[in-house]
Amino acid sequence: MSDRTFTYVGTRPVRHDGMDKVTGRANYGADFSLPGMLHGVVVRSPHAHARIVSIDTHEAEAVPGVLAVVTARDIPETRAKLMLGEGALDLRDISENLLARTKVLYHGHTVAAVAATTLDAAREGAARVKVTYEVLEPVMTIEQALAANAPILHSDMITKGQHGAKAPSNVAARMELKRGDVGNGFTQADVVVEREFRTPTVHQGYIEPHACVARWGEDGRAFVWCSTQGPFAVRDQCAAVLGMDAAQVKVIPSEIGGGFGGKIVVYLEPLAVALSRKARRPVKMVMGREEVFRATGPTSGTRIRMKLGATRDGTFVAADASLYYEAGAYRGSPAGAGMMCLVAPYRIPNFVIEAFDVVVNKPKVAAYRAPGSPTASFAIESVIDELARELRLDPIDLRLKNAVVEGDAAPFGPAYGPIGLKALLEAARRHPHWKTPLAANQGRGVACGFWFNAGMNSSATVTLNMDGSAAVVTGNPDIGGTRAAQALMVSEELGIPVERIRPGVGDTDSSGYTDVTGGSRVCYATGMAVIGAAQDVREQLRARAAKIWNVDVASVTWEKGHAVPPKGAEKAEPLSVNDLAAKMTHTGGPIVGRASLYAPMAGPGFGAHICDLEVDPETGRSRVVRYTAFQDVGKAVHPSFVEGQIQGGAAQGIGWALNEEYVFDKNGVMENAGFLDYRMPVASDLPMIETVLIEVANPLHPYGVRGVGEVPIVPPLAAVANAMRDATGIRFTELPLSPPRVLAALNHEPTPVRTSDELSAVKADS
Amino acid sequence: MAKLHVHTTVNGEAAEFLCEPHETLLAALRNELGLTGTKEGCATGDCGACSILLDGRLVPSCLVLAAESQDRAVTTIEGLALGDALHPLQRKFLEHAALQCGICTPGFIVAAKALLDRQPEPTEQEARFWLAGNLCRCTGYDKIIRAVLDTAAEMRKTAV
Repeated sequence: MSDRTFTYVGTRPVRHDGMDKVTGRANYGADFSLPGMLHGVVVRSPHAHARIVSIDTHEAEAVPGVLAVVTARDIPETRAKLMLGEGALDLRDISENLLARTKVLYHGHTVAAVAATTLDAAREGAARVKVTYEVLEPVMTIEQALAANAPILHSDMITKGQHGAKAPSNVAARMELKRGDVGNGFTQADVVVEREFRTPTVHQGYIEPHACVARWGEDGRAFVWCSTQGPFAVRDQCAAVLGMDAAQVKVIPSEIGGGFGGKIVVYLEPLAVALSRKARRPVKMVMGREEVFRATGPTSGTRIRMKLGATRDGTFVAADASLYYEAGAYRGSPAGAGMMCLVAPYRIPNFVIEAFDVVVNKPKVAAYRAPGSPTASFAIESVIDELARELRLDPIDLRLKNAVVEGDAAPFGPAYGPIGLKALLEAARRHPHWKTPLAANQGRGVACGFWFNAGMNSSATVTLNMDGSAAVVTGNPDIGGTRAAQALMVSEELGIPVERIRPGVGDTDSSGYTDVTGGSRVCYATGMAVIGAAQDVREQLRARAAKIWNVDVASVTWEKGHAVPPKGAEKAEPLSVNDLAAKMTHTGGPIVGRASLYAPMAGPGFGAHICDLEVDPETGRSRVVRYTAFQDVGKAVHPSFVEGQIQGGAAQGIGWALNEEYVFDKNGVMENAGFLDYRMPVASDLPMIETVLIEVANPLHPYGVRGVGEVPIVPPLAAVANAMRDATGIRFTELPLSPPRVLAALNHEPTPVRTSDELSAVKADS
Repeated sequence: MAKLHVHTTVNGEAAEFLCEPHETLLAALRNELGLTGTKEGCATGDCGACSILLDGRLVPSCLVLAAESQDRAVTTIEGLALGDALHPLQRKFLEHAALQCGICTPGFIVAAKALLDRQPEPTEQEARFWLAGNLCRCTGYDKIIRAVLDTAAEMRKTAV
């Protein structure tokens, strides 16, 4: 707990997998090959919305070297649901996203896959798959999707949660979250600010494209080597899509070159298995960057109307919001999560928030770091900034005044446990960054962010070696340093130096079931499993010592890596882990600790970021000149990687705020499907990103750990936009704040601050 | 079309391979020579994950034809460590925790070596602009830049 002192936890050892990564030896998804391997490529739709009239594969199959072609006919049709952790995935949607059956729903949608002896032959084969389409009008925006005469993507989609909905619609679901009496709440408000915000489709932007190798065996079993955030998720999706038992699929995860939520749903693996099954040869599939943009990932474009009222002293009294999130081609945007995160950092007695899950002809969205929260935060944190200006209050003070504390009810139900929001806001207010004067053309913004963090299923084993070193294995691919953290936990429990621990990532045969590396859950939930497995080893060591000393195990204590005999035990000296490990064969055999658990809850995470932005009035280009991120991290097990998560999340959020966006032409074709035109931050775009770690122990975890990975992408969108407002006097309500948009706004009159009266007039007009 | 027979030097050792005329040096390094430390992130020269040195010059190997390496010297991430001793950049990347997923790391280390070969005393801004051709999505660059500047400082000290 918080008063616990640690020996290893909180130190910064070199990560165990680091050597392989700085020498180029580490194997990622595309680095694995098998003898006799074929190369698989996919045939993608050239249309954003079309009915498939026919698919003719004969000519493709005749290409020399082509050994297999698969289409939707090769995988079973299904309407089942697949449970993955907490979430139920619609298997039909996954299946049809993998191989379109009757319609293509975005440009780049897979319609067939081809395997051949060479990549060139596979590409030739893919070019000869003849698909006849009946082209339909694409639905590319929320407005188009909601229009009365909108083309309908799914003829059987009836809006869930919409009372009386009977006709097919592009709105998959309507959700609502309520507290108190909003109408009455707004009558208490002295100031009301309402704005409408828009954010574009953006991509996770992991540097490693999706890649896998699959090998089907004549015994009906399949092996899949791939880069994934969840080997069990890949196994279960492959098995479900292809109609196999989970036990027939073994997934061996490679090192993973980034995921951020985008490497959970499968895109290639079932295709590779199906191709291998047909060709009876191993099949390798690797996406190109353009395919990654066109057919994987992105997160929702959004439209959010946000209205917030406060009394003269800055007390929030009511909020009213409507959130529209694009799901892409199939239902399942993070609109619901956005709805629950929107007001999570604040005490607001009255609110009503409605959220809509809207399908459009874009790739099906995948999870992206705190899915749903950043765009919601952009809306409310921008509005809070405007409120602070109207009320002439310091924006940190205004947030502090309304910040949730332990015992306050979260908008989605339960009361918060110990949380560090106030502590980190106070740290931000005290920080020199907040007081340092700004130069010309510079502005400063602040914003908060929230993420639930996840628990779910985890398993771990700790194997003690006879020389006293140990191995720890979990089922979580390590994206950001979790192996180092897991080794530290084993060291902490057993007193074995961290260099003598070998942390590893198991495959689906060699580790117990573990949910994905995601939801900021690995250090928390899998960490608890690791601690449990290490404690299991410790209990076994105590039992072995008791056996050696011929005393009751209950009388054996454990101190600083030693089993300590009861006072008065004859000829009994404390035994170290090394001593006990050396004797294990004669005291009962191998010592393996294990733990499996389901963590129903996690420690909620809060952060606040301060951003200084400098705007070039001649070009509209802006640059982040100083950035400080404050976050309640619970307990930093390996502080360097906690800082790294925060710095990386901030950088992604800054990219989202300033430059990143999918640009579509009128036919629904993405025009910037490459890193040159989809502009992610590079080293020269950013300053050092200072991090301030606040440690408010999470009582659900033995060390106080709470998730840290997702919160840091939440505040930057508004922190940057608020800094832009400060620098230019212009409130931008649409992202990204790219030079053309900023320059256009600079060349016109600044947008005046709209009062609630003007807003009501606007509303009455519309 | 017949494959080309290319003779080159890779990490100080003579190497030869057969390649298609249109094959990139990146593909040849990975598929013909088994040097998979050089990564493909985009194949358009925008991400820097495939950075190598060609006769000492920093290039994205995805934009170089394999055949162009004939009679030239190629240095990849696999060639940076000297025996058991890591290159100082490799050591500093570890010490500073300057990698998370690690897919961009080989490219960054090769690119940073090219920088320090030319400019042993880079400013933070120089390092940031030199490395602007290498994308990292995990770290926000902070620890990478620190690792590079710290390496430069240490190499200057040991050079004196």
